[in-house]
Amino acid sequence: MGVNFQRLDGRGTYDYRKITITFGIDRGCCHVQIGDTRVMAQVSCEVTTPKQTRPNEGLLYVNAELSPMAAPHFEAGRPSQQGVELGRCLERCLKESRCIDTESLCIMSGMKVWAIRVDVHVLNHDGNLIDACSMAAITALTHFRRPDVTVSGEEVTILSVEDQDPIALGVHHMPICVSFAFFHQGKYLLVDPNEMEERVMDGKMVIGMNKHRELVTLQLTGSMLLHKDQVLRCTQIASTKVQEMTKLIEEALKNDVHERATGGQFGSASSQDPSHVTSHVTTEKTMEEVDTEALRELARETVLKGRETDRESPGMTRAPDITLLGKQTGRIGEGGLSSWDVEDIEESEEDDVEMIADTNVKVVRETSHISKCLGIDSSEDSEEDVTETLAAHHLGVHESSRGASGDTTIDLTTALNQQKRPAPGRERGKVKR
Amino acid sequence: MAPKLGTLMFPGESIDDLKTDKNGKTILGPGLRRTYAAIHIIKAGILQFKEPNEYWIESPEKRYIATKGDSVIGIVTQRTGDAFRIDIGASEQASLSYMAFEGATKKNRPDVKVGDIIYARLQVANKDMEPELVCMDSTGRSNGYGVIRDGGFMIKCPLHHIRRILRPNCPLLKTLGDMMPYETAVGINGRIWVKGRSTIETITIANIISDSEHCSDSDMKTFVKSRVHALSGLH
Repeated sequence: MGVNFQRLDGRGTYDYRKITITFGIDRGCCHVQIGDTRVMAQVSCEVTTPKQTRPNEGLLYVNAELSPMAAPHFEAGRPSQQGVELGRCLERCLKESRCIDTESLCIMSGMKVWAIRVDVHVLNHDGNLIDACSMAAITALTHFRRPDVTVSGEEVTILSVEDQDPIALGVHHMPICVSFAFFHQGKYLLVDPNEMEERVMDGKMVIGMNKHRELVTLQLTGSMLLHKDQVLRCTQIASTKVQEMTKLIEEALKNDVHERATGGQFGSASSQDPSHVTSHVTTEKTMEEVDTEALRELARETVLKGRETDRESPGMTRAPDITLLGKQTGRIGEGGLSSWDVEDIEESEEDDVEMIADTNVKVVRETSHISKCLGIDSSEDSEEDVTETLAAHHLGVHESSRGASGDTTIDLTTALNQQKRPAPGRERGKVKR
Repeated sequence: MAPKLGTLMFPGESIDDLKTDKNGKTILGPGLRRTYAAIHIIKAGILQFKEPNEYWIESPEKRYIATKGDSVIGIVTQRTGDAFRIDIGASEQASLSYMAFEGATKKNRPDVKVGDIIYARLQVANKDMEPELVCMDSTGRSNGYGVIRDGGFMIKCPLHHIRRILRPNCPLLKTLGDMMPYETAVGINGRIWVKGRSTIETITIANIISDSEHCSDSDMKTFVKSRVHALSGLH
């Protein structure tokens, strides 16, 4: 079997899917989307007693949750192997890289410190959870503000958000994980594997790195060994990816600050596409009472006015009213009632004309008048013959009538429809039901 | 007031004035529940109706619940003494007897390996028992069921999208078939197997099917055409 070197979604080897970062209404809530993978991180804080061994350091907890909402094969309750791997990877990426300044979380040495907790929920699983979760977690931590405290003697007062502006966490650097999927024992690699690619990969390497090219985490899973050069190459790729992602996060944060300051739209609800929820809603037409008598009167007036203006300017020809059809919206062979009508040409000149054809332009547009050509068709033996004679005849009529008045509409829909025969073997689409 | 069909409904809303059949009965499908006084919506979604008296709520779903008579696509995960174990995406794996194939006898066992894709029909499905599959119809003929061989590609789709594809008036598969030849098997458990003439065509068809989820029926033709034209630009 040949190898086609084609990813299912048409991406290149080193391409990420589209990354979107949005924030919630509350501080410390971040929503990251990589393609169809969605994760949400929420940061919270509370005051606790510190560890005996580190009396003047705050605490950081990282918790990852894989709920059955993300994918049917995730089970609620005890974390699966994948859940443990994800949680451990995030912990190493955030906690052990010491990216959060824990000493600034100390309120009273040995007595009271802030405990910061990051809960990462996977909302939809389409591969590459670790990258999405690490991005969401670090962005949420940067976005989070903890309330200010005052200490007087032994008494600690937590000031409400209204009294004192909340304080941002000290973020030293932003470590982000980049995943690589390996195939054929490390012969081929892919960046940002989606769910289907993850299913068939031999192994996976996760590199945690910040924008200063400092390596934070390196984890290899799967039954596969890698060459030294391959690992080095991956760190190179990871460093460029991390630069891009850090820039994206910084931009998103800056944008959020701006929107909050100016009172613009923020929060993840504004980033959702509502049409996806309602794409199959059939809106009922609301019935309104219409005064048909008034409408009829209006129509009569309009017609009368139109006749008067026509009489006023007998020599004037109307400016061509050309409707351009969008790309690939040509309506050839759409079926329906034919508007191919030779006899009606003279009458249709008086009607409202939708489109004007140059003699050398093929016209593709339905006119509104009702056809009578079905009778003509049945009187002939061959459909193809009818089409040709009619086409020639019609264009002749068209040219002469154009000379007379300048305005006419013809429709080649039927003609083209008849010429377009289904090619043999085209309809082989077999449907098993 | 008659219920608003085809509109978005939320849990807690109630509907009344439902249509009944000759015997004065109405069938309530998923998402609807009757209490003493009224009929309440219990999940968010779009209210649907089928003549003469069926109502249900349609909403995006990913988890399949086995139902008797459904045609599904499964993956063989295990071979046991007298049956295969098949993953059909439900809460439990289904079993498929060696004898449930056309022309199978005690001596003549079907050639099915672990990892094969199977198109089968659910013979037994209720909430307290393991679902059972068969690969033949009531007359003992295969009728299209059986192992799907010769490559192709299986993708997963949300269940509501699959149900829409299987609707008789859905233009998606028909329009695709007019543009390029392909083979397909659609399992109502959220899995579609497709095979085109080449790998790239197969990928295109699979992507078109999964991307058409939010495309309305009237836009479908244009959508499929533009995607297929984009493909021909690649060659």
